[in-house]
Amino acid sequence: MILVNGQNPLLLVNIPPPEMPVLQYLYGMMQEQYPKIYFYRRLVQAKLFIDTHYAESIDLDNIANEACFSKFHFIRQFKSIYRKTPHQYLIAVRMEKARELLKKGHPVTDTCYAVGFESVSTFSGLFKRLTGLSPSLYLAQQQQLKERIRQSPFSYVPGCFAHQKGWLQE
Amino acid sequence: MITKMTHTSLYVLDQGKALDFYTHKLGFRVITDVPMNKNDRWLTVCPPDMEDFQIVLMPIMDSMFSKETAALLRELVSKGTFGVGIFTCHDIYATYEEMSARGVEFTKPPKKEFYGTEAIFKDDSGNWFSLAQLGEP
Repeated sequence: MILVNGQNPLLLVNIPPPEMPVLQYLYGMMQEQYPKIYFYRRLVQAKLFIDTHYAESIDLDNIANEACFSKFHFIRQFKSIYRKTPHQYLIAVRMEKARELLKKGHPVTDTCYAVGFESVSTFSGLFKRLTGLSPSLYLAQQQQLKERIRQSPFSYVPGCFAHQKGWLQE
Repeated sequence: MITKMTHTSLYVLDQGKALDFYTHKLGFRVITDVPMNKNDRWLTVCPPDMEDFQIVLMPIMDSMFSKETAALLRELVSKGTFGVGIFTCHDIYATYEEMSARGVEFTKPPKKEFYGTEAIFKDDSGNWFSLAQLGEP
């Protein structure tokens, strides 16, 4: 259960535990299950929203509102689960998608707009900071790699597997 | 002296479907995808931040074994005979919610154990994994 300053943030009032066993059980459910299910569901929905809509201009304030959190609370809880703020996570998703597109051979400018950036220089700078390579260099390297794989695929498969699994006989 | 494990392989029933499962449902990254023959590929994936450990999604080909053994292996995999490994995560309830929302089938929801909290899920072929958050849940 997530606690903020030792308090469960989702229970507005701190109700003392009731005495009847059934009520005690329900009270336990409120304390344990309610936060687990609804609290997580809202945060996960926010993450899935970013996963789906990363290419659009996402307003993170809106996401916080949709998830019924204050902006500050939302950012904090998101980070406690995903180790990144929603903004950092959005950038990470865009970069992951950019890698995929560049790998497939999409030009840098197309990739930049396709993953939701409006400025190629911002995109290129962030990409380089995260991967160590500029997008154009990454694109070129990936295309060279593809060509080498096309020419000699077996040099990219550990020999043990290729032999043992009968690949070389086919 | 052995220093590291870099690859492990598991048998999948259909590499195309497995690729979809591991990339779209688990969010893994493709490391290598090399065509080996008309139908089969050398296909490896990894969790996004773990590129030094590759999971080989291995097709079950008749040329590897006898035809009977291949058929038997397919049957065993789809029956959920093989438990392949343990994945860990920062927050198991969030991960469980997210994977469920993406349509991953869990055979056991998160449960507190003495070593942390653990759930069990299956891939699209029938291989099962433990998903764990180690330590105090």
